[in-house]
Amino acid sequence: MMQMFKSRIPAIRLLLGVILAGLLTPATSAVKIQHWTTAQGVPVYYAHAPGIPMVDVQVVFDAGSARDGDQYGLAAMTTAVLDKGAGPWNADQISQRLESGGAILGVSASDDMAALSFRSLTDPEILDSVIQTASTILAEPTFSDQDFNRVKKRVLANLKHELEQPGSIAQKQFNAAIYGSHPYAHPSNGTMDSVKALHRDDLVAFHKRYFVSANALVVIVGDVSRKQSESIANRLLEKLDKGTKPGPIPLVSDNVKGHMIQHQFASEQTHAVVGMPVLSRHDPDYFTLYVGNHILGGSGLVSRISQEVREKRGLAYSAYSYFSPGKRKGPFIMGFQTRNEQAQEALKVLNATLDTYRKNGPTEKELESSKKNITGGFVLRIDSNSEIANYIAMIAYYGLKLDYLDTFNKKIDGVTVDMIKQAFQKRLDPNKFATVLVGQQEAQKQN
Amino acid sequence: MLHQIIASLLLFACLSNIGSAKQIVHEYRLANGMKILVKEDHRAPVVVSQVWYKVGSSYEHNGITGVSHTLEHMMFKGTPKIPKGQFSRIISENGGSQNAFTSRDYTVYFQSLEKSRLPISIELEADRMRNLILDEQEFEKERQVVLEERRMRTDDKPRSKVYELFMAMAYASSNYRYPVIGWPDDIKELSIEDHRNWYNQWYYPNNATLVVVGDVDPDNIFRLAKQYFGPIQPHQLPVVKTSGEVQQYGTKRIQVTLPAKLPYLLMGYKVPVLNTLDESQQWEAYALEVLAGILDGGESARFSSKLVRGQQIAVSAGAGYDMGARLPSLFLIDATPSAGVSLEDLEQAIREQIKLLKTTLVTPEELSRVKAQVIANKVYQRDSLFYQAMQLGSLETVGLGWRVGEQYLDRIKTVTAGQIQEVAKKYLSDQSLNIAYMTLPESNNDTSKESKQ
Repeated sequence: MMQMFKSRIPAIRLLLGVILAGLLTPATSAVKIQHWTTAQGVPVYYAHAPGIPMVDVQVVFDAGSARDGDQYGLAAMTTAVLDKGAGPWNADQISQRLESGGAILGVSASDDMAALSFRSLTDPEILDSVIQTASTILAEPTFSDQDFNRVKKRVLANLKHELEQPGSIAQKQFNAAIYGSHPYAHPSNGTMDSVKALHRDDLVAFHKRYFVSANALVVIVGDVSRKQSESIANRLLEKLDKGTKPGPIPLVSDNVKGHMIQHQFASEQTHAVVGMPVLSRHDPDYFTLYVGNHILGGSGLVSRISQEVREKRGLAYSAYSYFSPGKRKGPFIMGFQTRNEQAQEALKVLNATLDTYRKNGPTEKELESSKKNITGGFVLRIDSNSEIANYIAMIAYYGLKLDYLDTFNKKIDGVTVDMIKQAFQKRLDPNKFATVLVGQQEAQKQN
Repeated sequence: MLHQIIASLLLFACLSNIGSAKQIVHEYRLANGMKILVKEDHRAPVVVSQVWYKVGSSYEHNGITGVSHTLEHMMFKGTPKIPKGQFSRIISENGGSQNAFTSRDYTVYFQSLEKSRLPISIELEADRMRNLILDEQEFEKERQVVLEERRMRTDDKPRSKVYELFMAMAYASSNYRYPVIGWPDDIKELSIEDHRNWYNQWYYPNNATLVVVGDVDPDNIFRLAKQYFGPIQPHQLPVVKTSGEVQQYGTKRIQVTLPAKLPYLLMGYKVPVLNTLDESQQWEAYALEVLAGILDGGESARFSSKLVRGQQIAVSAGAGYDMGARLPSLFLIDATPSAGVSLEDLEQAIREQIKLLKTTLVTPEELSRVKAQVIANKVYQRDSLFYQAMQLGSLETVGLGWRVGEQYLDRIKTVTAGQIQEVAKKYLSDQSLNIAYMTLPESNNDTSKESKQ
């Protein structure tokens, strides 16, 4: 099923790729976030989660692909090589140090942020070793030529692999079309040409500039005390340079033009991606658009888009819409996959569904149902330590209020039919939409 | 009425003092034969509920492949009491999330809910166990949805397609040769009658297990189950034939050319699983499990350190073994060659790694690393109610029984370097090897056109 809002938080790499369930009372979130600042001035966010002898830690930097400059893929490449050698250890030694205690560590970059995340048992001997390893990875990465060249080849292979996936091609062309010269326009993992042009020294410079304590925050969730958490945060960051905070990411231009892009691809299905930049994490319409989208295309089979495209007409297995909010305006996206011959028909249904929705808004009954799902299911969103850690990282990185989870249901309940109707009319403009179709299409004439 | 409560203790001994965790599974059986497993997890006021049916693609035969999966789709199309679309709507309005999935050995329906809403899901599941409306027009629409699903998951994904063709080659007689989603022609020709037959053969309480994990009182769950599932009559189930796999007498190969951008290698050795091994031989399955960890249990494992980093012959390489399958299975290896490396050379490098397992004992460090990961993962898994329910349900449904999960850690701990060498020699042989090469077409051109609106 589809996500309603795509998170920009890099997820901890887990061994279990499963759907999660359950936690905490409907009235308040019961996630008590404690917040302090280390001696070096790094903000720490901590939630005590007793019951399982493990801890999840994320160290987050404002160092996503939005900081690539014209070297697309630089942030991603820096994080990919980061844990392949550090301090006195090579890749074999680092992985042995972590895995001999069963720890899982990952480093990744999304548009907005870069993060090192790990999950470890709380056994002191194991955890101490993991912290030592992680802090060395953060502050003293080797970036050896050998590791750099090997990872570069792997990244190039991955980029090539993406070229056999119509969905991935569609997403990239869509971002390029709606973001133009904004840093959100290029793929986080770069392009073949941009990655080939990267040098080891570029990674060293990127790390030196962005992996600094002035640009970091720490999230800790698990069966560790406040005092232990203070020590974990201090030790993780003690070797980092102080550095400075980078300047703001540029705003997304509102001067967007409509695009229709048809990409010929030898697939049985055409993948469609339709939308425009709309929503930042701080948008005053955030909850209105969130609830509005839940009804439109964010609630699985019961959403309007799924009803019209799949349930009534059998045109696709998956048809959906979502907002992907970021530091700057992230996209509103509608999409589906369907066999080539009926792509135009499905596109018409999709666009007509949005038009009707923008014109009339949802019904009171639809709004009521969606509110019941969102607020009644709130406990399911923060049911596991890994989900809580991701929420806290999101709250911390985007500077949202610490009571975000406590006030979530109240804000949902405050949304009305009129608010949704107005926000969807005001904030979405189909004339500005990019429509990307990847598949075997006959050329369409546009008016 | 059989009502037993089995308390079991999961001990995390060794590997310093991780501490012990007591987790209790409550087991009940209704008079109609339905099994109920409940595991308490009081960290949050939520619950996961899953109904497992003992039927999946490995129960099918040529001509009706995919029927378990399309029936799973039809299970959302309504009953006299809960009309079409209402199942999803009711769960949604109650704050729940829900879905279903089909595999080779089972079909599973699940909901996640705030705990007070659990009776709703039990009532709805009991209703659709026997009262499904199988409407022809609805099925025609759903057939198209499933064909789109197949195009998305398999037909337009070269690696999924090669996997499907590889399985059909590797298994000569086992029903594991069928893709879960079904062959395209079978999906196109399935009838509503095929679905009625399938539903009326398999969807009974004596062929199902209810698994509930979360902030619940086990006896209360049992009462709910009795109230809603209790009145449903059991039924004589079809005799499940073994449908095992015939002996293989040499390496089988397939070469597939698909419009991909990267070549790809798949290898699979025929191996036994817990379910098909005598008690005295079950250590073999655990040894194969640890062996998979030696090859691909993280960045420090052999595939990463030797093939990806050392020789740099692969950009990625993986190994996997599903010891919990119902029927004898494959020890799978897949890999993507580095640029300029041939599939032949990559295959050779992997064979060298397999050979090494037969000639030289794995080191104590490697063995202890794999065991430490297994112990840690057992702890991490407790963060997910869904995963815990999955484990209970799958073990129960393939016929092993959920208690096997409780023994898992101790059995893994007893695996020795000698045993790993022994299973490598016995099972990872050319005689039972299957290989697929995915190669690329000479050229493929994609073009992009843009017009301003």
